[in-house]
Amino acid sequence: MMKLAFQIAYKNLMGAGLRTWLNVAVLSFAFVIIIFFNGLMDGWNRQSRTDSIAWEYGHGHLQNDAYDPYDAFTLQDGHAEIPSKVKNVTPILVQQGNIYPEGRMMSVLLKGIDKEQGTIKIPTEAFTTSTAQFPAIIGNRMAEAAQLKVGDQVLLRWRDKNGTFDASNITIVDIFDTTVASVDSGQIWLPIETLWEMTGLHNHATLAIANSNYEHVPIEGWNFESQAEMLQNLDDIISMKKYSSSILYILLLAIALLAIFDTQVLSIFRRQKEIGTYIALGMTRLQVVRLFTVEGSMYSFLAMIVGCIYGIPLFIFLNAKGIGMPQASQEMGISLADRIYPIFGLQLIVGTILLVTISATIVSYLPARKIAKMNPVLALKGKLQ
Amino acid sequence: MNSTIISLKNITKRFKVGEGEFTALKDINLDFKKGEFAGFVGPSGSGKTTLLNIIGSLDSPTEGQALVMNKDIAKLSHKESAALRNHHIGFIFQVYNLLPVYTVYENVEFALLLQNHSKAKRHKMVMEALEWVGLTAIADKKPDKISGGEGQRVAIARAMVKRPELLIADEPTANLDAENAHIILKMMKKLNKELDTTFLFSTHDEKVMKYLNRIVHLRDGSVEEDEIIVKEAYQ
Repeated sequence: MMKLAFQIAYKNLMGAGLRTWLNVAVLSFAFVIIIFFNGLMDGWNRQSRTDSIAWEYGHGHLQNDAYDPYDAFTLQDGHAEIPSKVKNVTPILVQQGNIYPEGRMMSVLLKGIDKEQGTIKIPTEAFTTSTAQFPAIIGNRMAEAAQLKVGDQVLLRWRDKNGTFDASNITIVDIFDTTVASVDSGQIWLPIETLWEMTGLHNHATLAIANSNYEHVPIEGWNFESQAEMLQNLDDIISMKKYSSSILYILLLAIALLAIFDTQVLSIFRRQKEIGTYIALGMTRLQVVRLFTVEGSMYSFLAMIVGCIYGIPLFIFLNAKGIGMPQASQEMGISLADRIYPIFGLQLIVGTILLVTISATIVSYLPARKIAKMNPVLALKGKLQ
Repeated sequence: MNSTIISLKNITKRFKVGEGEFTALKDINLDFKKGEFAGFVGPSGSGKTTLLNIIGSLDSPTEGQALVMNKDIAKLSHKESAALRNHHIGFIFQVYNLLPVYTVYENVEFALLLQNHSKAKRHKMVMEALEWVGLTAIADKKPDKISGGEGQRVAIARAMVKRPELLIADEPTANLDAENAHIILKMMKKLNKELDTTFLFSTHDEKVMKYLNRIVHLRDGSVEEDEIIVKEAYQ
């Protein structure tokens, strides 16, 4: 009987002509937009995770207990010598300082890093080839903010372990390009040995970045935050953004579903005689309800086909070429590339199809329930209100 | 004429109208045998269509018992009354009620789709029905491309294709000119004789009355006269 409902529903939809195709067009647009936005978010998520791991997180951070990355006041005391039993990590010493580019004063974070490291993508090999006394590496954002370029010297002032101020010119030996603003904005990377010399904090580190061979054993005074825990913050941000952007496609879907609902209500009112005829010819009221419900849900099936016709080439193109992100959006404090390559996974597509189909079926069923209460005699006369 | 297929006992039908009630049928007692070619005749509001609707299981009596093919209409569930209509009763309406998005062929085929016949069997039965009404040539046309007379012939084919025991025709000639009305009525009379189908009409058309074997005159919801016509006008 379902086959019959599908056959009849298909004929009715095709017979309805333009009205059907208007609904299908709106619904297919909802399909494509929902998949596009989710694909964009998934692409952003993947890119952010990959870049954050490569540039900042490594395989986790072993942090000094007194250090809180969200509290600058903890930098003063949040460091200690790394126990000798800790292996397979890249120690980082974080200190505060000021630079004076073009006479302006800028507060900066000084980050000392092993010039031989390969744990994160900070291009520390530039230290080894430089002959400068105080070689420094900065990111694009910092370079732009401080108007610095490779080869420039800038005055740096810092405090040593006793609180005594000292100052010297540092030389910019490399500028790196990263999507991870938290290793770039307001930061100057120095060889850790140089920073040790500058501050007198020999062998001290604020944190240590684990590489893939790191095996954690609890160490007093140090707290390990795993890669998964660090990514959780990122996931939370992405998930929050996903929810906020979902408002757009919920609205779009609501418009499409409203169009179907409206069509169904009008259909049931306008096609009373037809409904009466179906019943007179031997259909049960339930069968007629099912027929109208199938008709409504078939909009989503047709929309899926239409959506595929223009959506698949569009998605293939976007997946290959990516979507350019405006400059302003890269300064939000989280990892955002110049171009994001959306990911249109099977789960996303199947999930969206199910969402739209189930929603369309529900909004088709709601008005169709009225048929079950129809008096067929009045329906045949077209006298129902 | 043989077994009784319709038995109406003390049928009364009342409708709610605002705060009060309107009595459409009062204490109707009638029997119809298989193969009858009968009609309910009377002015508007006399209860013709209401009675046909009860017999066709589209409605049920307020009081009394309506037995159609030994089934008590008032006691049938929606599903049972749908099955009765699907297998045993054909309907012809005043305005044909053809399904607009279907071709002539598909309109006639529709009743068979509900009976789950094979495609080949459906095709054979549909073509046979279209031959009865002489419409095989326009099988692919849609209802908006055919004349009123042709439309009513499609409705007859649709009603007859499943070979029902009972065919109910509510004012079948009301929208037809005299020539088409005669064509339709001759056709129905022929099917009545050939297939032994019982035909029940509601009408106030003199042309229809000439073809009926039995005329039940209704007035204000009551049977005024049950007239058996001995000589058939068709012959």
